[in-house]
Amino acid sequence: MRDQRPAVILLVIFLISGVLLVKLFAIQVLDDSFLKRAESNAIQRIVDHPYRGLVYDRTGKLMVFNNPIFDLMVVPREFNVGDTAKFCELFRISKEELITSYNAAKSYSKVKPSPLIKQLSTKDFARIQDFLVDYPGLFILTRSVRSYPSATTAHALGYIGEISGNQLEKDTAEYYSQGDYVGLSGLEKYYEKELRGRKGVKYKMVNVRGVDKGPFKEGEYDTISMAGQNLTSTIDLDLQRYGEMLMNGKTGSVVAIEPKTGEILAMISAPFYDPNQLTGAEFGKTYKKLNRDNSKPLFNRPIMATYPPGSIFKIVQSLIGLQEGVLTPNSTFACNRSLVACHNHPNPVNLFGAIRNSCNPYYHQAFRQIINREVSSNTFKDTEIGLNAWREKVLKFGLGSPLGMDMTGEKGGDIPSSKLYDRIYGAGHWKYSTIYSLSIGQGEMQVTPLQMANLAAIFANKGYYYTPHLVKAIDGNPKKIPAKFQQKISVGVDARHFDLIQDAMAEALYGTANRAVMTDLVIAGKTGTAQNPHGEDHSVFIAFAPKDNPTIAIAVYVENAGWGGRAAASTASLMIEKYIRRTISRPELQDYVIAGNFIY
Amino acid sequence: MKESEVQINRVDWIAVSIYFALVAIGWFNIYAVVYDSQVEKSIFDLSISSGKQLVWIGTAVGLITLIMVADYRFFENLSLVIYLIFLLILIVTPIFGKEVNGQILSIGVGEFRIQPGEFAKFATALALAKVMERPTFDLSKRNYQAIAFGVLLVPILLILLQPDTGTAMVYLSLLIMFYREGLPQWYYALGLGSVGITLLALGVDNNLYLAAIIVLVVGALIYLGKRSWQRILAFSLIGIGLIAYIYSIDFVVSKLPPHQQNRIMVLFNPDIDPLGVGWNVTQSKIAIGSGGFFGKGYLEGTQTKFDFVPEQDTDFIFCTLGEEFGWMGSFVVISLFAGLLYRLVIMAERQKTRFSRIYGYGVVSILLFHFMVNIAMTIGLFPVVGIPLPFFSYGGSSLWSFTVLLFIFIKLDSSRASQLGRIS
Repeated sequence: MRDQRPAVILLVIFLISGVLLVKLFAIQVLDDSFLKRAESNAIQRIVDHPYRGLVYDRTGKLMVFNNPIFDLMVVPREFNVGDTAKFCELFRISKEELITSYNAAKSYSKVKPSPLIKQLSTKDFARIQDFLVDYPGLFILTRSVRSYPSATTAHALGYIGEISGNQLEKDTAEYYSQGDYVGLSGLEKYYEKELRGRKGVKYKMVNVRGVDKGPFKEGEYDTISMAGQNLTSTIDLDLQRYGEMLMNGKTGSVVAIEPKTGEILAMISAPFYDPNQLTGAEFGKTYKKLNRDNSKPLFNRPIMATYPPGSIFKIVQSLIGLQEGVLTPNSTFACNRSLVACHNHPNPVNLFGAIRNSCNPYYHQAFRQIINREVSSNTFKDTEIGLNAWREKVLKFGLGSPLGMDMTGEKGGDIPSSKLYDRIYGAGHWKYSTIYSLSIGQGEMQVTPLQMANLAAIFANKGYYYTPHLVKAIDGNPKKIPAKFQQKISVGVDARHFDLIQDAMAEALYGTANRAVMTDLVIAGKTGTAQNPHGEDHSVFIAFAPKDNPTIAIAVYVENAGWGGRAAASTASLMIEKYIRRTISRPELQDYVIAGNFIY
Repeated sequence: MKESEVQINRVDWIAVSIYFALVAIGWFNIYAVVYDSQVEKSIFDLSISSGKQLVWIGTAVGLITLIMVADYRFFENLSLVIYLIFLLILIVTPIFGKEVNGQILSIGVGEFRIQPGEFAKFATALALAKVMERPTFDLSKRNYQAIAFGVLLVPILLILLQPDTGTAMVYLSLLIMFYREGLPQWYYALGLGSVGITLLALGVDNNLYLAAIIVLVVGALIYLGKRSWQRILAFSLIGIGLIAYIYSIDFVVSKLPPHQQNRIMVLFNPDIDPLGVGWNVTQSKIAIGSGGFFGKGYLEGTQTKFDFVPEQDTDFIFCTLGEEFGWMGSFVVISLFAGLLYRLVIMAERQKTRFSRIYGYGVVSILLFHFMVNIAMTIGLFPVVGIPLPFFSYGGSSLWSFTVLLFIFIKLDSSRASQLGRIS
């Protein structure tokens, strides 16, 4: 019996060793959850957010940059305040504030950092750095927010904000993660890929207190971040700011384009807001406020508001008539006010006179000739065929669908086709007399201010345009902008037909927009009035200048400001002078526009 | 041959080699714990624990030399004196010792401190060997049992005063040696049975189930056996006693100091409070478990190095091994321990004197207990008790005491040829 006992003891030794090895095998080899937990313990994945690209204006002035802001962070478990009074004095914080934010930090996590003092100024940051060493558990977190040195061009530049759950789902490349900032509107959105750069990832080892213990595996898995690309905008900052000054307190749009390139020189949506308001921590609060504002400051009028083009559309009608051979410079019609209302002017008029005097009955009759070509003996059928053929020609002027500029949310306006009238009146139940308002740019026709400015550019270029765009160069390279902005688009009307139009537009200023006339600079323009059933009409004016070698084409909309000759024409004239001459020689006109009393 | 000479050729080189292998692996692991790639320090740097451990290893080699050149009769003759000296030190430790975390474990002057609780182990083993060596000493007899348990319990009580439950438990491991020397089996059956029932009572949430099972088993035993009234009474009393015991455990546990309560509860559910009580066990399991089959590589571990595992160079040193060398590393070290223990049993059995054999089994008992409990606690099989892994853990007292414990036996074994066989 006793002799078995050494064997029993040996058995116990081997049994214990066996149990330990089996259990070790279970947790070390069979169960891999411990490896994951170890990694989440000690390996921190740190995303290195690159600096977002900057935006410059066309002359190289800075429009958007990244402003570093400093948050004082605290890790409650390591933090020891010591003498509270001394701490409060050093960090310029009241005792109550300290207690509130410290308790908030503590209840969030004892080991993870949370902000103790948010958004320190650069000066405070420099001052505090010296004391930081005495307080373990405190460190500075640097973030950057978008900043706008001159509070301007809010709509075109757009804003960035935290990525939404919806956007995250759509991000199939899985580039973004929760909490990332993305461009939500304007250039920030359209050029998101260029501006954002490329995120880098660093794997860092940390100890139990979160203290950095160097790169994991010598940085083998790290990727380097790449800074975002800078954009050179087509915006002329001085012109833009001047336009905003003129439009301040009004509602409407100004779009100025360099005709030869399609570059947008200024794009103003009034009322506007300070883009600095939509950055950083204030974003949510300000956005709500702006969104609730009845004057709709977030609404990007130049590309989102649509109006009937009004009299300005008569130029398009003239060009189509000339190109089709329906009209010649000598085509003359009587100003028959029984067809449509008009105002006093010499009668009858030829094409030049019709444009100069904006004669409504002239276009009523001319448009009938464009539409009813007698290709069908059925008047209804004939009108349908004519309308659709005419529409195709109008669409070539960049109307009826979005131009495709580098901004999302662009509206296309509307040029009606036979389908619309079939729907309203029934097929075969409408003819020219139903749709004649189209002849003078009224009726079921809608265009955006951007499309109007583009029309001005087409008139200036004698028949072609470049898709309007806001970016001139990416990373200093003009070739990097989307190819579609480098393509000349013809409107299908011969250049020779434009001479008469340009002359008439230059002449028209004397009749309808005397205020816009400059003695030493020939401006070609056309007033328009967008009828507004809800109140005063909207004042519209398009122009280009100098007439013989146009460098600027412009469209101005001022809502509820009466007819085009006053508010819109004056604003456009000042903008043209500002752009070409860089100074204003007519302070009284400037005062008139700023004062804004256009209805009298 | 002179008896005082070290009889090199009789030294058990297998045991000695395993000892040095374990010490060396332990030393490399201690360096891995303190290794910081940012502040690279040599393994020999005296400002870090691996450098200090090298000093302890050097002095341990000195101690080995002293033991090996001493006369083997020295240990036998002075065993009781050594025992009494350490009892005396244990008595004065709470008075003159240094308090750390409510425990007074060490005594000494300035930097030089020892933990008498560690050294008293070999002294107790020697003393037991001495009192039990007479051929007439029979552990199946009550009076001898009283003597043996008396010698064992005195240091246990003194250590409980420090208080150091973990070390005190180590002394109970000498019951393994008592088993070899003939303490009746039913003691062990009773002991293991009550440990089993205690674990069941702690592990099963509702004691009513256990009580029901006991009633059923006792009922069945009564029904199946001879139904005399004495037998029915006896079984009923045992059943009632068991049920009373089960219910009393919850009561006793609730009276324990909270940290001990927690250590017990964590054993059954390590996830009750992973950031609080369960922290040690959870982090230790993460460290070992993340090692995989081959480990992360020497000095590549992240869990132990970055302080996720507490007391990593002492009681939780096994985590570093498990993390950096994986299951293969664990296998090698556990095999070394099992091999050493196996070797020591073989050696104990070949002794000519009962003194040497008893002492040998004392060494086996103490090493086995440390080895089992230390590793089991790092993988959540045993409550966290602060006892080191022999030869591995950082610390002078620990390394010295295990070295002395082991080499006295190696010395006795190497001198067995010159001892007079008095084996019973």
